[in-house]
Amino acid sequence: MKKNIIELRNVWKTYRMGDVDVNALRGMNFDVKKGEFVAIMGPSGSGKSTAVNMVGCLDIPTKGEVFLDGKNIAHLHESELAQIRGRKIGFIFQTFNLIHTISAKENITLAMVFQGVPVDKRNKRAEELLNKVNLSHRINHRPTEMSGGERQRVAIARALANNPDVILADEPTGNLDSKTGKMIMDFLRKLNKEDGKTIIMVTHDESLAKYADKIAHLRDGIIIKES
Amino acid sequence: MLIDYAKFAFNGIRNRKLRSWLTMIGIIIGITAVVSLISIGQGLKVAISSQFGDIGTDKLTVTASGGLGPPGTGVAKPLTKDNLEKIENVKGVKVAAGRLIGSAKVEYKDEGIFGNVASMPGGDGREIMESSFDLEAKKGRLLRDGDKRKVVLGDSIAGESMAFSGFEKKIDTGSKIMIEGEEFEVVGLLEKTGSFTVDALIFMEEDDLREVLDISNEEYNIIMIQVHPNADIKIVDEDIEKLLRKERDVKKGEEDFTVQTPQATIDQINSALFAVQLFVYIIAAISILVGGIGIMNTMFTSVLERTKDIGIMKSIGAKNSTIFTLFFIESGLIGSVGGIMGAVFGIAMATGLASVGRLLLGSELIRAEISIWLILGSIFGSFLLGTIFGVIPAIRASKLNPVDALRDAK
Repeated sequence: MKKNIIELRNVWKTYRMGDVDVNALRGMNFDVKKGEFVAIMGPSGSGKSTAVNMVGCLDIPTKGEVFLDGKNIAHLHESELAQIRGRKIGFIFQTFNLIHTISAKENITLAMVFQGVPVDKRNKRAEELLNKVNLSHRINHRPTEMSGGERQRVAIARALANNPDVILADEPTGNLDSKTGKMIMDFLRKLNKEDGKTIIMVTHDESLAKYADKIAHLRDGIIIKES
Repeated sequence: MLIDYAKFAFNGIRNRKLRSWLTMIGIIIGITAVVSLISIGQGLKVAISSQFGDIGTDKLTVTASGGLGPPGTGVAKPLTKDNLEKIENVKGVKVAAGRLIGSAKVEYKDEGIFGNVASMPGGDGREIMESSFDLEAKKGRLLRDGDKRKVVLGDSIAGESMAFSGFEKKIDTGSKIMIEGEEFEVVGLLEKTGSFTVDALIFMEEDDLREVLDISNEEYNIIMIQVHPNADIKIVDEDIEKLLRKERDVKKGEEDFTVQTPQATIDQINSALFAVQLFVYIIAAISILVGGIGIMNTMFTSVLERTKDIGIMKSIGAKNSTIFTLFFIESGLIGSVGGIMGAVFGIAMATGLASVGRLLLGSELIRAEISIWLILGSIFGSFLLGTIFGVIPAIRASKLNPVDALRDAK
């Protein structure tokens, strides 16, 4: 039995919008095992992204506990959260979220700069990763000079920069055509199967769910079904 | 790591070239003003001190009316021959010489100017004059006792000089010039002294000057005194003041004359210079302050514009302190680059202005004294300015919530 790499215990997230409190998560409980490929599905506003932000240490719960690799991150300091984000988690976003003013390679090395990786090491690693996502020929191109599929591949390479255990993909194919989307999904599956990365993917596309080992259905801030 | 951040910050500036330049202009203008004006002011100070240094600290100058007002304007009650004789008898006075200065119409061939004529005292007084003003003949000779209707010309009078005070035609020794309608022979041309007032003088014997300008036998504009080497110049100064108050029948504090030491003159000029410099500093400080606010404005815009980038960087592991450092370095860099450019322009402007001044006035007096500390100080100061005004925007950037920042649509 593989151990849990992620555990959410009675997690609440409350946002204040004007005078009203909005509960994005209402006591969510959720486990992810090491090496699992999990899809979180649900209609918009169901709390999918909020849940992923918790797991990704981008946000902390209003109430409840979040364990990452056995460590409770719910009460950590900002700088410790940043450390964990940088080392243990790789993000892939729907809108790619690359920095436009620097090259593909620099986007990847930047993640390593924040972790204090020496310059020659991070350059080598960035080149390897770009090679891995078949973008060796685009190494010095800026994101604005690339297609959507290419940008998302750079984002995947960046997510892998510090060799994290967990990849969080928030609608990774949402801005791509179906052919490119499939290519990205195949790539994610390869990362899961071959490199043993734990992948948590948010989507509302049923057809993508088939890639996952487990699907969690989220509605109104709690998981209503796991399949 | 800091180098990586600096590179990133530099990249940030490069990607916003126009705005970065515009932001820097304020700093550039301020630093240019500071560097150039301090350099010129410092140069003037050094030149003035060195010039008065030649006169020596053993000399006193008595003028009527007081202050630095032009002598010989006839407004003040002039000094008298009697004053001079009494001063000669004051204890500690080695030599005292009376001088006359006036302006006169001077003609050479068909060219006419208004020039300043100065008398050359006879006897021992001649030597004080020559040594005090560093008078040496470039061509011909200096005046000597018994030189009737003869003149010696200052360097900028005799033509060929770029200075505006002299003749366009070159005047050589042996030439005849007309002063107030009287004919004079040029017996000597003076070496450049570096002082534009002395270089623009026409020297003649005292009797000639009295005749030409119709000045009574009793009057003097200036009395120059050389103090005995063993005497205390302060005491001699006080004694002369006491004597003149009695002679001229004025009360203390209401003197119609001034006794000045060279140091007092330097101090007076320096304090006038300081007032000008202070004014310039205030203007420069305002300009630099405005420049700093410009940096702050630019950095705030930059934070707003890069909100999403900040979110991205945080999501891939940047701490608040990292984001702060990035923006802090960027604003410091804007300040430093502005400072460096300001310093370069300042040096160029100072040397440029100084050489224009030298050409126009024909005087070595105007020269820029550029100190390495001034340059380093102003560059460091602008770096500091950039960082100080960058602190608040950098804090704002660092405190952005990553989730909100990522949501920022651009």
